[in-house]
Amino acid sequence: MFKKIVVPLDLAHVERLQKALHVAAGLAREHGASICYIGVTTATPGPIARTPEEFSAKLEAFAKAQGLEQGVKTEAHMLVSHDPAVQMDRELEAAVTALGADLVVMASHVPNVTDYVWSGHGAHLAAHSAASVMLIRA
Amino acid sequence: MADQSPQDQTPEGIPSPEGVVNLIDTDYEVGQDNVEGNIGPFGFDIHNPVFLISGLSIVAFVFYALALPEQADSAFSWLFAKVTKGFDWFFLGSANIFVLFCLLLIVTPWGNVRLGGSEATPDYSYIGWFAMLFAAGMGIGLMFYGVAEPMSHFSSSMGGTTVENGVRTDWAPLGAAAGDEAEAVRLGMAATIFHWGLHPWAIYAVVALALALFSYNKGLPLTIRSAFHPIFGDAVWGWVGHIIDTLAVFATLFGLATSLGFGATQANAGLNELFGIPVGSVTQVVLISIITAIALISVLRGLDGGVKVLSEINMGLALVLLLFVLLVGPTVYLLKLFGSSLVAYLEYLPALSNPVGREDVNFSQGWTSFYWAWWISWSPFVGMFIARVSRGRTVREFVVCVLLIPSMVCVLWMSVFGGTALHQVVAEGYTAAQDAALELKLFKMLDVLPLAAITSLVGIVLVVVFFVTSSDSGSLVIDTITAGGKIDAPVPQRAFWCVFEGAVAIVLLLSAGGLQSLQSMVISTGLPFTLVLLLMCFAIARGLISERRLHR
Repeated sequence: MFKKIVVPLDLAHVERLQKALHVAAGLAREHGASICYIGVTTATPGPIARTPEEFSAKLEAFAKAQGLEQGVKTEAHMLVSHDPAVQMDRELEAAVTALGADLVVMASHVPNVTDYVWSGHGAHLAAHSAASVMLIRA
Repeated sequence: MADQSPQDQTPEGIPSPEGVVNLIDTDYEVGQDNVEGNIGPFGFDIHNPVFLISGLSIVAFVFYALALPEQADSAFSWLFAKVTKGFDWFFLGSANIFVLFCLLLIVTPWGNVRLGGSEATPDYSYIGWFAMLFAAGMGIGLMFYGVAEPMSHFSSSMGGTTVENGVRTDWAPLGAAAGDEAEAVRLGMAATIFHWGLHPWAIYAVVALALALFSYNKGLPLTIRSAFHPIFGDAVWGWVGHIIDTLAVFATLFGLATSLGFGATQANAGLNELFGIPVGSVTQVVLISIITAIALISVLRGLDGGVKVLSEINMGLALVLLLFVLLVGPTVYLLKLFGSSLVAYLEYLPALSNPVGREDVNFSQGWTSFYWAWWISWSPFVGMFIARVSRGRTVREFVVCVLLIPSMVCVLWMSVFGGTALHQVVAEGYTAAQDAALELKLFKMLDVLPLAAITSLVGIVLVVVFFVTSSDSGSLVIDTITAGGKIDAPVPQRAFWCVFEGAVAIVLLLSAGGLQSLQSMVISTGLPFTLVLLLMCFAIARGLISERRLHR
């Protein structure tokens, strides 16, 4: 049913994503789909990497390790954003379309009052993307 | 906060970034001193000492200026006079060094180094990039002083020199040009261009280049302290760095708040002229609130959807206004003036930039030294914003675009706006612009041109939007510095700074003399920053040398 699953992830908080990673891998095995991990970074040095290339290498390594661990076909896709705090939603949405993914699996926060003003990344994707979206509560 | 994912253990090390760069070896991890958490539903991610100290000291200073207005006023005025009068030689001399240093970068092989690595590609097109440079750098000043400054220098030059007790008491530049109209126009234009041309942009270029180089090529966080790594080593991650960053936040926030206050005054004067809206603190508070609200929307729309779009709109509007004045004004006179002003600028440049033994003390201290201190105290803010949008440019391209092109645009702008007003005085005998108060001169000049109601309105819109872009980019910069160089801190944080700026501006506006005394204080911060900038030149040179070594 699904061919390509996209998993957006925050490399700084991988420990919070375990559930989503497992769900995505399970679905991929069941449907014979491949997984593409999307990581968003900035051109300026950040906590994960000091350059986009270093970030890309870490993301690739993560995808490879997940592939071996979960036994599914994986790849990595890096997004460099000028202003991730604000623009990430739209950039993720564009990437999901460009990659031709048919399912997005992502971890989501517990909703709170700020969601009336700033919706979550998952909520934005679910509202605007053509792909199916599955949000995993931690 | 450390990344626990498996790839951390892979011993491959750091792959080479886009092409060749020479990363600085440091154990510091961006955000390692940050505190993350939630206040109610709002997330935050702040650099602890810097955020807290700058926030608290800002509140303390505002409180001081409000509680003891007279004492604060006299203390800051005293400091201001000491700084601009006692250290004029230092400001003038240092600014000359910055210009020479930048020109040197254009002609030496150092100019070949590319920001972000030898294969990096620019993040923004020339138009978008240039619009943002310009809006952050001096947009508002051009609106305020475009007519006012050439006019002032022209008038004081016409007045000739007066000497009392062996000291010049007039405000004319250099030797003045008593009674000689043609020469007074040339001198007035040369002095204006001097203040808006190469020198201010060289100041910005030094800071911006230092930040871009140490962030994109050396892998250090995007904050002011990073530029000092070659000098202080890993000590910049400690208190030395906290002090540098706090000072930068301080200068940026008060610089913005005072400018917001003065901008509200000009917009109010314009609205009064056009629609008869009363001049007073109520209107100005409403104006600041509106500007802050628009800035808040722009901040929440992000860099590409907010500042960039507004900067481009404003550059378009400014261009239309410029062309309009050029075409309906005395076109041939203005074009000739543009050429002759450039020649006059080059002719008077050595004398105007001479730091020692000046006889025109009022001009060199009251105008030049004041401006240099002002540009320098703004440089952390403008420089950091320019750095953020300049990845992928070579050093040569960067310096040409930050130094030479904006200088030429300023020459054109001043020639057209100042020139039209001068022509009105010299050839038409219309002196309303000459006689008007500073914030009204622009509107009085437009008044006698066709479609005055529309152009004045465009003028007011430009003032407001330039303030929105300043407030917006200022919030981004303060947020980045107080988040230890992270540009992806939670959004409520930058919204906080944006609102805080507006609030500080309103509080200061309502207090008697609050804005004036804090402006004095901001300008006084120019003095320590001049030293900071001189050290930056040294750091840039060292950084570029290490980059160049890799290319051999």
